[in-house]
Amino acid sequence: MIELKKVSKVYKNGVGALNGVDVTINQGDFVYVVGPSGAGKTSFIKMMYREETPSEGQVFMNGVEVASLKKKEVPYLRRDIGVIFQDFKLLQRKSVYENVAFALEVIEENPRKIRRRVLSVLDQVGLKHKARFIPAQLSGGEQQRVAIARAIVNNPKLVIADEPTGNLDPETSWDIMQTFEDINASGTTVIMATHSKDIVNQMRKRVIAMENGRVVRDEHRGEYGYEV
Amino acid sequence: MKFSTARRHIREGSKNIIRNSWMTVASVGAVTTTLILVGIFLTLILNLNQVAENIEEDVEMTVYAELTAGEEELNELEQNLSELQNIRSLDFSSKEEELEKLVEDMGDTGEQWGSVFEDSNPLNDAFYIKANQATQYKSLSEQIQGMDYVDEVSYSQTTVENLLSFNQYARYIGIGFISALLLTAIFLISNTIKMTIIARQEEIGIMKLVGAKNSFIRWPFFVEGALMGVLGSIIPIGIVIGGYYYLYENFNDKINMAFVELLPFNPFALQISLILLGIGVFIGIWGSVMSVRKFLNV
Repeated sequence: MIELKKVSKVYKNGVGALNGVDVTINQGDFVYVVGPSGAGKTSFIKMMYREETPSEGQVFMNGVEVASLKKKEVPYLRRDIGVIFQDFKLLQRKSVYENVAFALEVIEENPRKIRRRVLSVLDQVGLKHKARFIPAQLSGGEQQRVAIARAIVNNPKLVIADEPTGNLDPETSWDIMQTFEDINASGTTVIMATHSKDIVNQMRKRVIAMENGRVVRDEHRGEYGYEV
Repeated sequence: MKFSTARRHIREGSKNIIRNSWMTVASVGAVTTTLILVGIFLTLILNLNQVAENIEEDVEMTVYAELTAGEEELNELEQNLSELQNIRSLDFSSKEEELEKLVEDMGDTGEQWGSVFEDSNPLNDAFYIKANQATQYKSLSEQIQGMDYVDEVSYSQTTVENLLSFNQYARYIGIGFISALLLTAIFLISNTIKMTIIARQEEIGIMKLVGAKNSFIRWPFFVEGALMGVLGSIIPIGIVIGGYYYLYENFNDKINMAFVELLPFNPFALQISLILLGIGVFIGIWGSVMSVRKFLNV
């Protein structure tokens, strides 16, 4: 489903982030991307939703080379991908409901369907009763759930999370991980960059370890492999 | 575009106006100031233009036929003249009519001259010609001079030419001045809107992340710009219409020159309102669209 072929990335300021990365990820996989800060995890992830394009090499999503997409086609690529960040990136002025509905509004989904779908997703992440709250009234874990709800509301085939538990306490992190587990169980591919040793070691999944822009380890049911 | 989407864009655009009220005040203020100046200037130019047109309209060319020309020759000449391009009107005035006019113009003394010349009229038969445009007199007169049975062609050449070049300059200066004003306003608006966009950059980023098309992101800004234009044109329209009404009521009758006349209030007020509104909306939209463009290419 996702294929990176000899992907290198050098930013305009001369910083090299990726160096000859070869990775294939299949539909339904659950992949942790680990490694020290600055190893290229975030750049790796950004390649997939075309926030960045490779300086060298190619990225294929479902057989389509991402860099060859026209500017107009990029939005359609992103509609099949849900992205979640460490800092949630919620709109503070909008309610929980509106934040989630936003993702469907911008792709011009019909209003009745939006309502049904948003309520069902909020139910799924356990926040239906807080639909009218604004983000500031929620805990960190709840805010991340809203972000997850927004990411999965249009049934993407791929969910990408960049340190989703980075700002959360361990207990909340486990709840969040359970949610990702559920998402993955329904056939959605999940790629998650993380620094959480406990999570990686306890929920054994495929682990891709990166250092200095290279993939140094790629194992199924792997371990975190770094001392914290 | 779906109806629900259009409604969303209008809602979002209006909300932004209220939410960024200080920025809105600044942008609307820029539009207002510009439009007041544009409105006053436009009023002036349109009226000047009207005066110029009145004068241009009064310009007339007289073609004097040869004294010896008889009825047949006159008919031929008239035929030839009527075949000319760019002619608005062609009137024949016989030498008798010319004499009558002359007598009338001269007043009391004319009466006596009239009786003197009644039997041996020294005047020419004449054709009065008005061209479609004042610029065409020169070439027309050259063409006519080449015709048979023409004694003399007369029109006030230098007056027409001076008038024409004055009008031309006035128009150029006016257009230049108005364009400069408009560009300034567009710049001011795009700058203020840019500031509101910086505040909304995160929102735009999230929209792009969840797959919004650029056009979708742009629409609310489009609406916002248009609304700012509408708001910004209210005061200028009021000032210009009010001021013009005052001028028209109080001064139009007191101006005693034949061709200097203010444009009638009735259609003018509506026209200038629509023009100002149109300009306001245009610069509002242009300013906002210009400032969003940069943020979409991220």
